[in-house]
Amino acid sequence: MKPGHKFLFGAVLIVGSVGLLMFQGVKETGVYFLTPTELASKASADPTFHNVGVKMGARVVPGSVRRDAATQTVDFQVTDGAQIYPVTYRGLVPDTFTDASDIEVVVEGRLGADGVFHATDVLAKCGSRYEAVPKA
Amino acid sequence: MTLLGQFSLWVAVLIGSFGAVLSFSGRWRDRPDLERTVIRSVYALALALLVASLSLWKGLFAHDFNIEYVASYTSRNLPTYYIVSAFWAGQKGSLLFWAVVLSCFAAMAQLLTSRRYADLLPYVAGVTSTVVVFFVIVMLFAANPFHRLAFIPEDGRGLNPQLQNIGMVMHPPMLYLGYISITIPFAFAVAALLRRRLDSGWIVAIRKWTLISWVFLSIGIVLGMWWAYVELGWGGYWAWDPVENASLLPWLTMTAFLHSVMIQEKRGMLKRWNVALIIATFLLSIFGTFITRSGVIASVHSFTQSNVGYFFLAFLLVAAILSFTLLYTRWEELEPEAKLESMLSREAAFLFNNLALVGIAFSVLWGTLFPILSEAVRGTKITVGPPFFNRVNVPLGLFLLALTGIGPLIAWRKASARNLQRQFVLPVSFGLLVAAGLLVGGMRDAYVILAIALGAFVLGTVLQEFSRGIRARRRMHGESIPAALFNLIARNRRRYGGYVVHVGILMMFVAFTGMAFRVDKEATLKPGQSVEMKSPYGGTYKLTHLGVSQYNALNRVVSAATVQVDFNGRSLGVMKSEKRQHVDSFGRPTFEPSTEVGISSGLREDLYIVYAGSVDGTEEAVYRFTINPLVWWVWYGGIVLVLGGILTMWPGGGGNSDARRTQAGYEATLVGAESA
Repeated sequence: MKPGHKFLFGAVLIVGSVGLLMFQGVKETGVYFLTPTELASKASADPTFHNVGVKMGARVVPGSVRRDAATQTVDFQVTDGAQIYPVTYRGLVPDTFTDASDIEVVVEGRLGADGVFHATDVLAKCGSRYEAVPKA
Repeated sequence: MTLLGQFSLWVAVLIGSFGAVLSFSGRWRDRPDLERTVIRSVYALALALLVASLSLWKGLFAHDFNIEYVASYTSRNLPTYYIVSAFWAGQKGSLLFWAVVLSCFAAMAQLLTSRRYADLLPYVAGVTSTVVVFFVIVMLFAANPFHRLAFIPEDGRGLNPQLQNIGMVMHPPMLYLGYISITIPFAFAVAALLRRRLDSGWIVAIRKWTLISWVFLSIGIVLGMWWAYVELGWGGYWAWDPVENASLLPWLTMTAFLHSVMIQEKRGMLKRWNVALIIATFLLSIFGTFITRSGVIASVHSFTQSNVGYFFLAFLLVAAILSFTLLYTRWEELEPEAKLESMLSREAAFLFNNLALVGIAFSVLWGTLFPILSEAVRGTKITVGPPFFNRVNVPLGLFLLALTGIGPLIAWRKASARNLQRQFVLPVSFGLLVAAGLLVGGMRDAYVILAIALGAFVLGTVLQEFSRGIRARRRMHGESIPAALFNLIARNRRRYGGYVVHVGILMMFVAFTGMAFRVDKEATLKPGQSVEMKSPYGGTYKLTHLGVSQYNALNRVVSAATVQVDFNGRSLGVMKSEKRQHVDSFGRPTFEPSTEVGISSGLREDLYIVYAGSVDGTEEAVYRFTINPLVWWVWYGGIVLVLGGILTMWPGGGGNSDARRTQAGYEATLVGAESA
């Protein structure tokens, strides 16, 4: 075998294993990213969809946040305008998480059979984070 | 002043477009007067943008809140240095920052490039001016920093508290400087293609620029990690967030380029690959800007959604099509001068290094874009997170770490058994010894053992190189050890600076393994209550909540929670973490409250304390405590890496004679061979 061919063989091996790792990685760690409406339609079409790990991007319903500092639990509701889901989360939420204004959140977790979204992670993105909200 | 700024932006568009059109027309080729005009247009462009920048800064410092940008990012009580940084804190200002810095870099490239490459410079001017004009047009049509409000607010909104941190003052400009300076090597590559000067000349001409851009990117990335660690309060420094990934992508391809150019310089191979890499790096730097500004991919770091994204997408597509078409039309002329002779050679090691780096870059790009791709192809958005990136990149990273040790020592062309034995017996034994030590010590995590053992192997190769070089100098010149070390590095900066960079990299790799042993604990404590945490090294921390105090500071109301820290019964002192509510000069709250993390950093581990708030306004506090092993080594690895990078590009002395450089390396090898 010529060195060039050997290298080509090595290169194919590397590219192949990168491809394989990526393929498996997506298959085994990929998580659905859904809006509440999409989650509702998936869950009604397929009851086993409860308890599948998903991410849900939505807005916090203003005024819905209930914090219990003693148990470090936060309960709130999220919506995309059409579908509302209650969310329960145990742990610390980021500073940007408030119900004062219409903030965007990404909650990761699973939709329980009880219709409550049990979050394992809450990410909050606030509109004013980098860019100021234009004043009226 | 906004009028002047606005006017300067329009002048910049006119000058830049004029220069670019004249440059690409090629009419200057037999008209020295036109050639001078093209070059001068670059200086004029920089001047116009400097005037625009000064007028924005004037507005910021004069608290002219009628300017929307000033009202959005500053307030009367904002400390001066944050007013300086407000210039690039927002979308619009950062675009101006980008344009003005690029125009200054472009002017420097014209001034500082050796006359040997003078025939490339007018085309270089054309490329840089085109990119500058693009940024100015985005400002004028979509994000004008000089936009005035219909009224004058009495005070501005102030700067987001999370940006009020020294890391955040430095991090964006460093990253921008890295991103921006990539345009210069790209411009030289395009100029070389246009002029059909396809020898290695353009690569030598941009050597410094590629290093500068790599060093700035590295500083920017490490500062960003540091900022995330001390400011965001989740306890880590890298989350594989799209915006973080966007900064890593050009760094990876640039690193690949820095290695593969050596093959082209020495052996005349990889010419097409190098052009492709520099084009890819430029496109990825624009892609990074696009990701952070468009809002197409949800990221906690991104600027809010705006139509600026479409401009960038269009620019990205046009630039990609034009530059790859140009490469295609010169394909035959970029024929390699030599062929690979053996798999056991430095060429092969560098090729695999390039494949691994580009492989990592590709997988990171893929993972970042996967939500969009999956939605386009299958109709549902699927995201991948840290598990995906770690799974793919940990093995690739370890392969790369091994090559870091192999590449610099293995012989060019074809390594003999003697070369392999001479170079690798000691470092490999050292690595194996460390692996054995870890196994005996009870370590069972295969990746951790591999990472640390490979780190030891790389360290072994570097130490061996330094000690051989020093011994050779001592024998030949009778120098003392410090003098020999100094001269060794001074005469061969690129080689030994490279080794220093490798040491920085291995320190960071070893530090990354620490994250596998991180310990977390959340607790709600009344004053006097305590919790215990076990350190992964053994030993127990006892953390006692002392109380919460409130006070007013310059532009904020602070609640500070203090914790007494004891380790195995011995007091380590008091740590504190704060909740800050920022206020404007009228005492009204601005932004959400922010957390100031308490960190006690050490060689072995960091204790990381987050005060998350109090129970119903009492002094009963909610905490998260984290023990983060080896984080210190990430920052110091980063510093070593950057110092090594600066060393490789330090001007003067060992200078630009390639012959001398090769000779110095040869001399060390020869004398070393006699002693072996």
